[in-house]
Amino acid sequence: MSGVIDIVYAEYNYWIYVTLMMIGFYAMIAKKNLIKKVIGANIFQTAIFLFYISLSDVKGGTAPILVGGHGAEHAADVIYTNPVPHCLILTAIVVAVSTTAVALALIIRIYNEYGSIEEDVILAARRKLQPEFSEHARQKGVAEVSRQ
Amino acid sequence: MTGFDLIAPHLPVLTVVVPLIAGFLTPIIGWIDRRLPWYWVVLAMFVVLLIAGNNLVTVINSGTIQYKLGGWDPPFGIEYVIDLLNGFVCLIIAFIAFMVSIYSKESVKKEVPGKTTPFYSVFLLLITGLMGMTITGDIFNFYVFLEISSLTAYALIAMGDRGDGVVASFNYLIMGTVAASFILLGIGYLYAVTGTLNMADMQNILPGVYESKVVLAALAFFMVGFSIKVGLFPLHAWLPDAYTHAPSTASALIAGLMTKVGAYAMIRFMFGVFTPDFVIDMTQMTNILAWAAALAIIVGSVLAIAQSDIKRMLAYSSISQIGYILLGVGLANMIGMEGGLLHILNHALMKCALFLVAGAIFYKTGIRNLYQFKGLGKKMPVTTTVFLIAALSMIGVPGTVGFTSKWYLALGSVDAGQWIFVFVILLSSLLNIVYFWRIFDNIWFGHPHEIEHIKRDEAPLTMLVPMVILAVLCVFFGFFAYYPVHYVIEPLSEALLGLGGVP
Repeated sequence: MSGVIDIVYAEYNYWIYVTLMMIGFYAMIAKKNLIKKVIGANIFQTAIFLFYISLSDVKGGTAPILVGGHGAEHAADVIYTNPVPHCLILTAIVVAVSTTAVALALIIRIYNEYGSIEEDVILAARRKLQPEFSEHARQKGVAEVSRQ
Repeated sequence: MTGFDLIAPHLPVLTVVVPLIAGFLTPIIGWIDRRLPWYWVVLAMFVVLLIAGNNLVTVINSGTIQYKLGGWDPPFGIEYVIDLLNGFVCLIIAFIAFMVSIYSKESVKKEVPGKTTPFYSVFLLLITGLMGMTITGDIFNFYVFLEISSLTAYALIAMGDRGDGVVASFNYLIMGTVAASFILLGIGYLYAVTGTLNMADMQNILPGVYESKVVLAALAFFMVGFSIKVGLFPLHAWLPDAYTHAPSTASALIAGLMTKVGAYAMIRFMFGVFTPDFVIDMTQMTNILAWAAALAIIVGSVLAIAQSDIKRMLAYSSISQIGYILLGVGLANMIGMEGGLLHILNHALMKCALFLVAGAIFYKTGIRNLYQFKGLGKKMPVTTTVFLIAALSMIGVPGTVGFTSKWYLALGSVDAGQWIFVFVILLSSLLNIVYFWRIFDNIWFGHPHEIEHIKRDEAPLTMLVPMVILAVLCVFFGFFAYYPVHYVIEPLSEALLGLGGVP
């Protein structure tokens, strides 16, 4: 038992990110409410950001701000954490924000169109508006042509 | 020193920068006069086409182009690499986008009234994203461009049919976000293992750590992510709705290009980030891909038969055609690979032409239900002839491009000893005949007494010209497939499968 706990504890940051990611993924798939789907997407993306950030940490490292000087002779002075993942995630956050913005804008238009943000209601409304069953559509098409 | 000499070394990056800048300038130009953006987009796409053509010719003549952004050296800075593979795909993107931009004039005016300026702005940004995805040699830069192209595609689709377009766009957004997040995660895993973001550098480091489970997980994430992006069969749910409900112009653009670039990215990651022996022998990934693709070919064709909306039918047919490209890649032998790569070009030409025809018919008659197409052969003879040629090409009649790539794929399957794939290709061609015949039947063999009254009423010239050019190219490459195969596809397949890495 203690072995399992040790394994979990030794890499607890990865366990946290995987758990969060699965929560977000579940929300995206299973929730019927469109806003909740977007929240799920946000949790999913944030979990990946946390993975990147925890990846960049170096034990005993300090923030990657230059202390002393740079160059080979100063290399051993200070241990820095890896700044590259931070920069990547800064970009990825911008991307995530734009995705969220587009998603929310779409939800507003869906709400204006169908009067609801519940997937069931929207699906039912679409079925009523446009029967997508091809046989029905075919017969409708034939009927319209013969009327002309 | 002429002006061209000054610009020449920067041509690789200009492929991305020109549509980007043009996209942001579009609102200003539309503000001056609402008719101008169309001219502006056509001009910008023409410039991009010239640059992309020039890039490919340079690559064929003198080998891979490497461009360092900001002068930073590759493993640390971002690098743009143009080799045969992405030079070829870039030219396809530029050409199709140019054709669609000419076509868009009347169609956009009618289908997105009052929003032409934003439409063109987003159009150019989509091209920026696709070009960037193709041209970049940096794995994270790739992710950013992937998201640019996805976000603009969501916006374009949402401009389509009232209500339906928005719902389709939202579903695509959720699926696309999952895909992009998986790809981001895969990139993170590879970065954790190799400590680099440059594709070429990564390919050199990765063989040393192939036993690592992290690399396997990364490969799995990439394959699932890209499968969603290209709409490979079990993960295709977003595709039919998105293609059906987008504005005609956007459908043609997205159907012609988005999935092709996704397929390109898949090839690039399999053979340009990982190595051929890893994906072919060690993980059997190509084998899995070939079977998934064969399934997609059959299921896509069968589902296409059940559709009555022409755009939805073409969308399902796209799912099966994507299968052809990936089958060629999955066969992982010389001939199969050639067939798959050639099919990227062929499918872009055919599917773009078919969607343009669907758009032209919708523009003139407002009909998308293919059972109402009776008598169209008399009404729009040029448009329907283009449809005939492109559809015959999809079926794979000798003398059209579709035949060439199917022939290569069949030979490749024989070469791999997989007779079942030959059977799949034949069966799918038969199914193609079934679903295209319904349309031929309605267009040309409608009730005669109805046809008597139909007057000729052809689509405007800006629509006809690009459609006819695409149809002519479908036949041209059917007879002269030698040119793309000899100059691009053969050396490319050799390089992808042979010594490892892209030339």
